[in-house]
Amino acid sequence: MLRRSIEGLGQRTIEGVWRIGFAARFFGVMLLHSGTAFQRFGLTIREMYFSGVLSLIIILVSGLFVGMVLGLQGYETLQRYGSESALGTLVALSLVRELGPVLAGLLFASRAGSAITAEIGLMKATEQLSAMEMMAVDPIARVVAPRFWAGVISMPVLAALFSAMGIFGGYLVGVHLIGVDEGSFWSQMQGAVDFEQDILNGVIKSVVFGIAITTIALFEGYDAPPTAEGVSGATTRTVVTSSLAVLALDFALTAFMFRGIN
Amino acid sequence: MSGFGHCLRVKSLQDDTLVEITDATFGYGVRQVLKGINLTARRGQVVAIMGSSGCGKTTLLRLIGGQVRAGQGTVRVAGESVGELDRAGLYRLRRKMGMLFQFGALFTDISVFDNVAFQLREHTDLPEDAIRDLVLMKLHAVGLRGAADLMPSELSGGMARRVALARAIALDPMLVMYDEPFAGLDPISLGVTGNLIRRLTDTLGLTSLVVTHDVQESLKIVDYVYFVSEGVIVAEGTADEIRASTLPYVHQFVHGEADGPMPFHYPAPTYAEDLGLEAQGA
Repeated sequence: MLRRSIEGLGQRTIEGVWRIGFAARFFGVMLLHSGTAFQRFGLTIREMYFSGVLSLIIILVSGLFVGMVLGLQGYETLQRYGSESALGTLVALSLVRELGPVLAGLLFASRAGSAITAEIGLMKATEQLSAMEMMAVDPIARVVAPRFWAGVISMPVLAALFSAMGIFGGYLVGVHLIGVDEGSFWSQMQGAVDFEQDILNGVIKSVVFGIAITTIALFEGYDAPPTAEGVSGATTRTVVTSSLAVLALDFALTAFMFRGIN
Repeated sequence: MSGFGHCLRVKSLQDDTLVEITDATFGYGVRQVLKGINLTARRGQVVAIMGSSGCGKTTLLRLIGGQVRAGQGTVRVAGESVGELDRAGLYRLRRKMGMLFQFGALFTDISVFDNVAFQLREHTDLPEDAIRDLVLMKLHAVGLRGAADLMPSELSGGMARRVALARAIALDPMLVMYDEPFAGLDPISLGVTGNLIRRLTDTLGLTSLVVTHDVQESLKIVDYVYFVSEGVIVAEGTADEIRASTLPYVHQFVHGEADGPMPFHYPAPTYAEDLGLEAQGA
């Protein structure tokens, strides 16, 4: 009994390590075969439509609401210290540094990541990928790489739009609903937000999240057992793993980026 | 052999071989699927590979297409050893092969027209006008020119299979492999598909390898048959030889008998033991 459970643990560990190795190799092969994604950029643009443009609604609406909540909560806290004019700064910094990239990443993982996994998994299950290979067309170059680059390009744009909508939401609530002074809302924000430290770091974060989410989504789809159960399991794993990856990477990146900043 | 009638353009019997498999083995992990297969397909022939489900027929096609490599033995297509080709060589060879997957494997996000045009667009620099003409010709050959603008989800199973066939012959391959082309078709589609395979083979000068377990339909159209069971070729011959065969396995298969060398029951403990009757008796 004990021996069997230890053997099972060992088996699972070996399988886990093997899978990580396989994923790393997959990532490498995908980068190597990325030529087509740029030479025939139309393929990548098509995928940007599916993963980026079709995610716009959920990203914009979520951004607006998160910004409005930030406006309410931020005002509530700031007015205790009589510094409600700093509301613009609070809203903008929270969004561009953290909430924009992280929440857009989580939404992107569940909206676009799951769709990518299900699509690739079903293409595999219905032998479309094998058919492509038999037609002397490399599915990694033709199907996988364009989706990867589309995700990597879309993600920072979506995060930026999320932050922009959030700031607009904060402005609506702070200035128009509560009555914070419009001039100080914008000017304090302008003074406090640093392009390199805040905005650029936010963009770097969202690019990293884009790489992580699309790689996980594509790998899970490509590696999914070709059954209904296999594809549904892979889709779930994509959302869980890439969400956790976004949060963990966010912590690591924040620790490096914002050391010693006030 | 009736297939020789279709090989008039070939000068000698020696040049005539398109696919040659010698002592090929293949296994997934410890499970040996193919245990020393010898098979030859000559140009212009329709060759059937028959056997019960799970006997390694599809794996045989994957070996020929280079999707898996033989453990031992060689697989030669048009004189080239598939197992020794590098990636570029394999892709070059595959451009001369077509494969029809069991359920068509059409790309579901693009139309019938775009499916057939896929390889032409990927591998040639033909102008769109020429591609359009070629695609319509291929679709006409399978009787589905009128369905060019439909999406794969709007096709019946038989139609999807025919579109996949048009796609497989888009680049005028020398070899077309069919994985269970008759599975799940109604009697009319069955006859249509069988006739198409024979007609396209003859008119386009193809060689066709048909993996199937539909004995009656395939015996009508094939030149030569290989029977695979448990990873080895157990019988081979022309359609007439197979029909007349007295080998127990072939007889059971051709006549669709439930029990014979292929047992009806999956290996199990004795019935009495499983029901606990022996314990009661004791």
